[in-house]
Amino acid sequence: MSHPVIQASDLSKRYWLGEHQNYVTLRDAIANTLFGPARNLNRRIRGESRDQARRGAHSDDFIWALKDVDLEINHGDIVGFIGRNGAGKTTLLKILSRITTPDTGRAVIHGRVGSLLEVGTGFHPELTGRENVYLNGAILGMRRHEIKRRFDEIVDFGAVERFIDTPVKRYSSGMYMRLAFAVAAHLDTEILMIDEVLAVGDIAFQQKCLGKMGDVARDGRTVLFVSHNLLALQSLCNRAYWIDQGRIIEEGSPGKLVSNYLQASYSLQTEQIWDDPETAPGNDVIRLKRVSVRPTHPDEDDQITVRTPLTIEFDYWVREDDVYVKPSLNLYNNQGIQILSAMDPELQDWRGTPMPAGTYREICRIPGDLLNSGMHRVEFCTLVNGQDEWRANDVLTFDVLDTSDFRAGWYDDWEGVIRPMLPWRREHLA
Amino acid sequence: MTARDHIGTSSLNPPADLPSPESVPTTVIEPANGWIPFKLGEIWAYRELLYFFVWANVKVQYKQTVLGALWAIIQPFFTMIVFSIFFGRLAGIPSGDLPYPVFAYAALVPWTYFANVVSISSNVLVQHQGVITKVFFPRVMMPFASVVGGLLDFTIALSVLGVLMAYYGIAPSAAVIALPLLIAMASLTATGVALWLSALNVRYRDVRFIIPFLIQVWLFATPVAYPTSLVPERWRPLYGLNPMAGVVDGFRWALLDQPAPSIGMLGVSVVVVLLLLFSGMTYFSRAERTFADVV
Repeated sequence: MSHPVIQASDLSKRYWLGEHQNYVTLRDAIANTLFGPARNLNRRIRGESRDQARRGAHSDDFIWALKDVDLEINHGDIVGFIGRNGAGKTTLLKILSRITTPDTGRAVIHGRVGSLLEVGTGFHPELTGRENVYLNGAILGMRRHEIKRRFDEIVDFGAVERFIDTPVKRYSSGMYMRLAFAVAAHLDTEILMIDEVLAVGDIAFQQKCLGKMGDVARDGRTVLFVSHNLLALQSLCNRAYWIDQGRIIEEGSPGKLVSNYLQASYSLQTEQIWDDPETAPGNDVIRLKRVSVRPTHPDEDDQITVRTPLTIEFDYWVREDDVYVKPSLNLYNNQGIQILSAMDPELQDWRGTPMPAGTYREICRIPGDLLNSGMHRVEFCTLVNGQDEWRANDVLTFDVLDTSDFRAGWYDDWEGVIRPMLPWRREHLA
Repeated sequence: MTARDHIGTSSLNPPADLPSPESVPTTVIEPANGWIPFKLGEIWAYRELLYFFVWANVKVQYKQTVLGALWAIIQPFFTMIVFSIFFGRLAGIPSGDLPYPVFAYAALVPWTYFANVVSISSNVLVQHQGVITKVFFPRVMMPFASVVGGLLDFTIALSVLGVLMAYYGIAPSAAVIALPLLIAMASLTATGVALWLSALNVRYRDVRFIIPFLIQVWLFATPVAYPTSLVPERWRPLYGLNPMAGVVDGFRWALLDQPAPSIGMLGVSVVVVLLLLFSGMTYFSRAERTFADVV
C-alpha cells in the first residue's frame, strides 16, 4: 500500500540577480530585528501581506529558480528528476531537505530526510577516515549508535580498511569519494535525496553504488534522485519529473520522459524538407529536397535505440540531364569521429551514374545492433561529374538511446565507436 | 504563518517498510516570513551533532603543530608577561595586595577564552559554507560548538593559574564555589555575541574587519590590565553594561580573595547577557533560513 510521504504545492524560490542581491544595509537589518515584529503587527492590522509591502519597482531583478511546483511522492517511490543544468532540480532538493526555504508554497514531509547533495560534505582533511565517518555521519543526521552499529559495513563498502586510521588528506581522491559515499549510503532515513553523486569512483564502485541504491529501494524507502546518467535513472526509478526553468514540464514513467526530454533538449533533426529547388541547399546540378532518418519498423513512440534498424533517406532534384552523380553519406558520432561512410555498393563507375533531370530518392538502411548510444550526425555528400564535390554537414542529427539489455546490470557508457552484437560462444575444452 | 518543524527526538527507528503517520516525524516546509520562534526542540534533537562538532574541533585544533595544546597556555601567559612589564612595572598600575602577574593572569584566563570564542565563532559559518549549502542541521550548532570547544583551552589555562597561585602562595576563598557561575556568564556572553556576529558575517563580511578592533576595545573596557577600583564608584553600574567586567572581577574574587564585584554592577550585567542572548537568538533564527542563499 502506498501513501504520500511528500506533498508539495506551489513551491517557488527566487534568487536575486546582481551583486547587491536583496540588498539591505547593516543598519536596516538590526532595525528590522528589533522593530520588525511591531511593524509586522501594524501591517497585519492594516491587512497587507509582506509580499505586497516588498513588491517594488525591481520585479525583474530576480529569477525564479523554482516556480509553482506541485509534487506528490508516495512511500516507496524511487523518483528521478531530469532537466538541464540550472533547471531547478537541486533547488528543489534543497528546499525539500530544508537547506533553504521556499518563497511561496508549502510542503509536508512524513519521515526523516537524509540528503546527499554532495559527496563528502563536512569531511575534514585533518581527521582520519574513522573520525570522518563519525563526523560526516552526524552531519548527515545519523545518530552515534547508528554509526557505531554500521561502522564496519561502511568501511567495508568503501573498501578503505587499511587506511581507516590515516588522515583523509592523504587519501587518493577515489578513496575519499568511496568512503564519503559509503557513509551516505548507510543513512537510515525514511527518505533519501541524492543529487548527482553517482559519478564517483571507478566503474566497479559505481556498480556497487547503483546496487546499493537498488537495495535502498527494495527496503521500501523513498528516494529522490537527480542524475544526468539517464540510463541509471531509467532503470532505477519508477517515476520521473522533468524540470525546466523552474517548472515541472512533465511527470510520468522514466522511459517515456527521458526520450521526450532528449528530443527537446538536443536540437534533434530527424527530418528536413525544402520546398523550393531554387533556395534548397545544393549546387548547380543537385539540390536537396528532403532528408530523414527513422526506425525501419516504426512503432508508436519511434524510439531509436542501439538495437533499432534505421532507414536514412535523401530526396533530391537533379537539374541537368545526363550528369554523373554519386551520392554518399558520412556518419559522425558525438566526439566528431567518423563512424562510417556509405554509398551504393552496386555502383559501376567511380563518377557515379549518368541521370536524366528529375527527382530521386536514395535509401540507405543501417542495421540494428551496430551504432553505439549517443548523438549522431549525418553528412550528405555528392560528387558531380567526378569533380565537383558538395557536402551538406549535419543535415540530420539523431540520438541513439541506450538500452539496459545485454549489459549484465552495468550502467556506465558502453565503450567503443560502434556496438555491434557479435556472435560469441564458449566451448568447454576440458 | 511561521514554520513549524517537528523533528523526532526519539532514537527509535520505525521499521522502514511500515511507516505510519504516528511513527515518523512530520516536517512542514513553508516560506520564512515574520517572526521565527526559536526551535529549541530541534536544537535538542541535534544535540549529538554539537558533541561531534566540538569533538572534531578539539581533534583538529592542534594537528600538525609542534607545541600542540601548549598554545592554550602560551597565549594568556605571554600576554600576562607583557602586561606585567608594561602596565605593572612601567605604568605602575595598582594591583591591590596581589602580585601583578597573578592579578593579570586571573583576568586573562576568562578574557582569552571570551576573545578566542568571539573571533573563532563569528567566522565559523562563513568558514563552513560548503556544509551549510549542502546539508541541513540547526546552524546554531556551529557557534555553540565554538563556545563549548573553547572551554578546553580555558581549562588548560586555568590549571596554570593554579600553579601560579601555588607559586605565590595564594589560596582561593570559599567564594570559589561561584566559579562555575562566572564561567557560565562568560560562556553566555560569548554565545550572545557569537550569535550576532556569526549571523551578521554571513551577509556582511564587514564583520571580519570589525572583530579584531572590537576585541581590542573590549579588552580595555574590561578590568584585565587594571583593577575596577580605578573606575569612579558612580560609573560602576554603567560599567556593568560590559558583562565581562563582572566576570573578570568575579574571577579575582572567587580565586584570589579580592573584594566581590558590586551587586548593582552584576545585576546590570545579567540583564545585558540575557538581552544579548535573546536578541542574538532572534536575529540568528531569522537570518538562519537564508544562510544557504547568501553565504
